[in-house]
Amino acid sequence: MNNLMKTTAIGAVIGLMGSTAMAQDVVINVLSIVVDGELEENYREAMALAYEAENPGIDIQLEYIENEAYKAKLPTLLQSPARPDVFFSWGGGVFYEQAEAGILQDISNVASPECLANHSDAGLGSFARDGNQYGMPMYAAEVVFWYNKDLAAQAGIDVDSIETWDEFLTAVETAKGAGITPIVVGGKDKWPMHFYYSMLAVRMLGEDAILAASAGEDGGYASEGFVNVGEEFVRLVELEPFQPGFMDAGYDKASNLFGDGQALFQLMGNWDYNASRQNATDGVGLSDEQLGIMSFPTVDGGAGGDNDTFGGINGWLVSETASPEAVDFLCYMVNTENQREGGALGLWIPVAKDASDGIENPFFRQVSENLGASQYHQLFLDQALGASVGGVVNDISADLAAGATTPQEAAELIEEARQFQ
Amino acid sequence: MAPNGFRRFASDGRLITVALFLPPALLLFTFFVTLPLFDAAGYAGYNWSGYGEPEQWVGTRNFEQMAGHSVFQQSLWNTLKVIGVSLFIQIPLAMTLALLIASKTWSNTVFRLIFFMPFIMAEIATGLMWSFFFDGDYGVTAMLGRVFSMDPIYPLSDRTWAMPVILFVIVWKYFGFHMMIFIAALQSIPEDLTEAAQIDGATPFQIARRIKIPLLKPAIAVSIFFSIIGSLQLFDLIVPMTGGGPSNSTHTIVTYLYTFGIVRLKVGFGSAVGIVLFVMCVAFAFLYQRTVMRPEAE
Repeated sequence: MNNLMKTTAIGAVIGLMGSTAMAQDVVINVLSIVVDGELEENYREAMALAYEAENPGIDIQLEYIENEAYKAKLPTLLQSPARPDVFFSWGGGVFYEQAEAGILQDISNVASPECLANHSDAGLGSFARDGNQYGMPMYAAEVVFWYNKDLAAQAGIDVDSIETWDEFLTAVETAKGAGITPIVVGGKDKWPMHFYYSMLAVRMLGEDAILAASAGEDGGYASEGFVNVGEEFVRLVELEPFQPGFMDAGYDKASNLFGDGQALFQLMGNWDYNASRQNATDGVGLSDEQLGIMSFPTVDGGAGGDNDTFGGINGWLVSETASPEAVDFLCYMVNTENQREGGALGLWIPVAKDASDGIENPFFRQVSENLGASQYHQLFLDQALGASVGGVVNDISADLAAGATTPQEAAELIEEARQFQ
Repeated sequence: MAPNGFRRFASDGRLITVALFLPPALLLFTFFVTLPLFDAAGYAGYNWSGYGEPEQWVGTRNFEQMAGHSVFQQSLWNTLKVIGVSLFIQIPLAMTLALLIASKTWSNTVFRLIFFMPFIMAEIATGLMWSFFFDGDYGVTAMLGRVFSMDPIYPLSDRTWAMPVILFVIVWKYFGFHMMIFIAALQSIPEDLTEAAQIDGATPFQIARRIKIPLLKPAIAVSIFFSIIGSLQLFDLIVPMTGGGPSNSTHTIVTYLYTFGIVRLKVGFGSAVGIVLFVMCVAFAFLYQRTVMRPEAE
């Protein structure tokens, strides 16, 4: 983190000097959430420098804000003259709000046709609303079970054979019996906990029922289906599978514990590959040989497809007042070459066409294949449903895990939030 | 004001002083306090995410939703707990220590410095420090667990214990401030009073109880005022320690406002919470000033 701050500070100083020296330049402000690690930061920095070199008279300012602060600051920032030209987005409900408020720019006619043709409809669709293209996708993420092969062997668990939720619960019990913490999770941050609730919803209810609920049909989120989802989650919770003190651990700490080899499973996005290494006490974490990934198990009788995935498609939005140059830079950031390089560096799963062939990381290749085979990719519910309903999904997931609420109450709370939206 | 009075007012420089010093304060106050306040009052009636213009008028629904929300009730209750602990533990503790170390000696200065130290520290840093302290994996509680070979404890992850821990940290953080108020007041008590009592054979306890504490009344009134207003506004200690969790059990009114108003993009709802908080603060401040802190009451 220190290094990050140092680089940011140095970057800011250089940026300031640069902007005074070249006052005639077109300045493009790019605002992002903090990225994990120098690798990605350097990648972005190099991209900006290369673009500046190719396009004299352009000055690119990369800025980073911590995730939660970013979410809270964005509404004010985007409606002020200090708004960035291009900014990071998780898509989903918050993006829809921004689109409806008219603070985004439709880039359908600003971005070059090649730029748009370079991405799949699904990728572009994540940043389109009412036929307007407001941004471009950067990478996809999938939530999977990461597991520690050493601990699995120690407990005598064959993770590859786990296919159903019941088998998974049995494995949790076996691990506990062997004195191994089955699962680490950052309950304090709540969103890691909502992965369980969401993944169970994806498996048990499937696309149609989730969409119907968001439209308020069949009792909305208070339907029996969602109550059942809560009940299945409680079955897991009742096994006391999480590390001690999990409600006082944030994602960083959970990731640290996993990287330190303190638990068998962690349900987390593919980004945890890098994060758990950085967060590990020794800064090295688990080796590729020690790590494994497993798709979320299926639930007997579930309506969701076995290949359906859950995660995010993250990218960039363009604000209303951004210059055509900013759009051009955005297209440059997400073009096939840069995307391929990001994939090859193991930063994330690229989404531009033909960019995934550079992925060398075996886990990311697996995730990329999963996403390719997926019939339905459910966006993180806390993003897809917007900040207020999504926030309640996070709340009830944490409350269910802490035994502070019942599946029935949980489902009703989400529905209440939906109605009040 | 009579013309004469005005001329004097203008000639002795007071007019210039007012003309120079009033506008900045007035402007700042108007733009950053008064106007936002009216804005907030307006937004409180809307269902508004903060993006675009508020359009969906919902009347009093935000207030009704708030009143019925169990987390809001919990946060009110928590705020009351903070007030209670501040009044009945923190202030007596501060008073006791002040009485013990009010006299000017070398060792007392050292103690004063130590006791005042927590107050100087930034709230966020304090919160982080204590959250590490109570971390069952790396913290001091983990160390104690190892020493006594018990299972490590994680008080901040427990709905029963998280709030008591926060209350403890609040006392730890702010008692030094109140102690300083009392010490300042104690030092202004004329020594002949205590000397006279000593000559009459009063014990130190009697002197404290019959002379010093009654003379400290104005300081106690100020101290209580700060305690209650501070409790109503408590925010930055909670965020690094629990963020209002586990299961939203440690929110105060302000962390509730931040979480459910700002983070969840319900600016209308947040404004409604802000209005309630504002009314509570003003009502308290007004009543308190009119009753307890009235000059005649001293």
